[in-house]
Amino acid sequence: MIREFAGADIIYLIEAARWTLLLALTATVGGGLLGIVVAVLRVIPFRPLSWLAIAWINLIQGTPLLGQLFVFFFGLPLVGLSVDAWTAAALSLSIYASAFFGEIWRGSLQSVSQRQWEAGAALGLTYAQRLGHVVLPQAIRISIAPTVGFLVQLVKNTSLTALIGFVELTRASQIISGATFAPLPVYLTAAVIYFVICFSLSQLAHMLERRLHVAR
Amino acid sequence: MSLVELVDIRKRFGAVEVLKGISLTLEKGEIVAVIGRSGSGKSTMLRCINGLEKVQAGRIVVDGIDVTAPKADLNLLRQRAGMVFQSYNLFPHLNVERNIMLALKLVRKLDTSAAREVARAVVTKVGLADKLHAYPDELSGGQQQRVAIARSLAMQPTLMLFDEITSALDPELVGEVLRVLEGVASEGMTMMLVTHEMNFAKNVADRVIFMHEGRIHEDGPARETLLEPRTAELRSFLNAVLH
Ligand SMILES: Nc1ncnc2c1ncn2[C@@H]1O[C@H](COP(=O)(O)OP(=O)(O)O)[C@@H](O)[C@H]1O
Ligand SMILES: [Mg+2]
Repeated sequence: MIREFAGADIIYLIEAARWTLLLALTATVGGGLLGIVVAVLRVIPFRPLSWLAIAWINLIQGTPLLGQLFVFFFGLPLVGLSVDAWTAAALSLSIYASAFFGEIWRGSLQSVSQRQWEAGAALGLTYAQRLGHVVLPQAIRISIAPTVGFLVQLVKNTSLTALIGFVELTRASQIISGATFAPLPVYLTAAVIYFVICFSLSQLAHMLERRLHVAR
Repeated sequence: MSLVELVDIRKRFGAVEVLKGISLTLEKGEIVAVIGRSGSGKSTMLRCINGLEKVQAGRIVVDGIDVTAPKADLNLLRQRAGMVFQSYNLFPHLNVERNIMLALKLVRKLDTSAAREVARAVVTKVGLADKLHAYPDELSGGQQQRVAIARSLAMQPTLMLFDEITSALDPELVGEVLRVLEGVASEGMTMMLVTHEMNFAKNVADRVIFMHEGRIHEDGPARETLLEPRTAELRSFLNAVLH
């Protein structure tokens, strides 16, 4: 039974986009927490832990996200752990994000000049005070643009989870497209929704940068 | 007791010995200019005095604090010995007022209104009362350096270390910073300043220390030492900077 692409389908797509957002949000929180650990392991002066972090980063950045998704979705059941599409998607996107966040944040932290540490020390600030009041505020400002840049990639990459059957925006589009045989309006609608999400994110970044007086 | 005492300090970076046995004492209220070629160890000596660098041998005592003791309270030391750098090093994310208030609140534990008052006073002293709410990147190099001096002064140190603080400035901005330094000097602050401004050294400093290859090569009253150098090394250095 072929039907027309109608208003109800648009609602359906928007509802599916909630899963896109929720997945991106989960990966941001999960990947963000893990990313802090990765960044810290990269900078502390204890080699074995740094190597571990570097190996983690290379493994994740050097393999396709789709492969990682398949490993979790098809691989975990082989060792007796049954996972649904949501769990596999959330897990692999979080791990994927952790490598990128870790590197972005380490870079931001290290791009604050050593002289800023020294200026804080010369005023009698403790290490924690230097970190918290001098270096971190600057590192956070520096990290806004690349962090949001990666978030935009993350939102778009959630579409890969359609391939393990997770019904987010892209999978929903496939379903409606199959029912209406009207791929063009369906995928255009989906594209507009992706664009609105990503554009809002980059506007948010600009606003934050202005508010936080990013050093030029 | 002297305010600063260095006893035969030695400092290596890797295999390279940069300070090869430096001894000196500094009395309260003394103003000492440190001169010497680039690479002779002037910055390193200053950085050792406030504990930014660790020495391999020797003893440093500043205002009764043994800097070289294993458990030295470096944060207390640095409240007593302020330091201003060539590259200003203001905190770019904070405006002038907050740059100055930060350590007053965190280190000296002043409340906000007291810290604000001190900030206003020191900024006025360096002639920048109208820039209290400006961010560092809105100031000229000379103004930034004056704020850096004010920030350090605000901590009420007993000793101030200045490391080539006019060297990064355009020539027309050097004067305003030197005038601020003169003001600080006239209030009796004990000062050790690395400088290439020989006229300033001659007119403002009590004493000149000439460093050469990691050692103190000459040490004497400012005018005498600069006008009648005793060693060939200082003579050739002065010739090079004055001509
Ligand atoms: N952190 C460092 N690591 C290695 N070498 C250094 C370091 N800091 C200074 N040096 C070296 O120590 C010597 C003295 O440097 P410095 O004290 O900066 O001289 P000056 O201030 O008189 O120009 C130079 O040869 C310099 O290259
Ligand atoms: Mg130097």
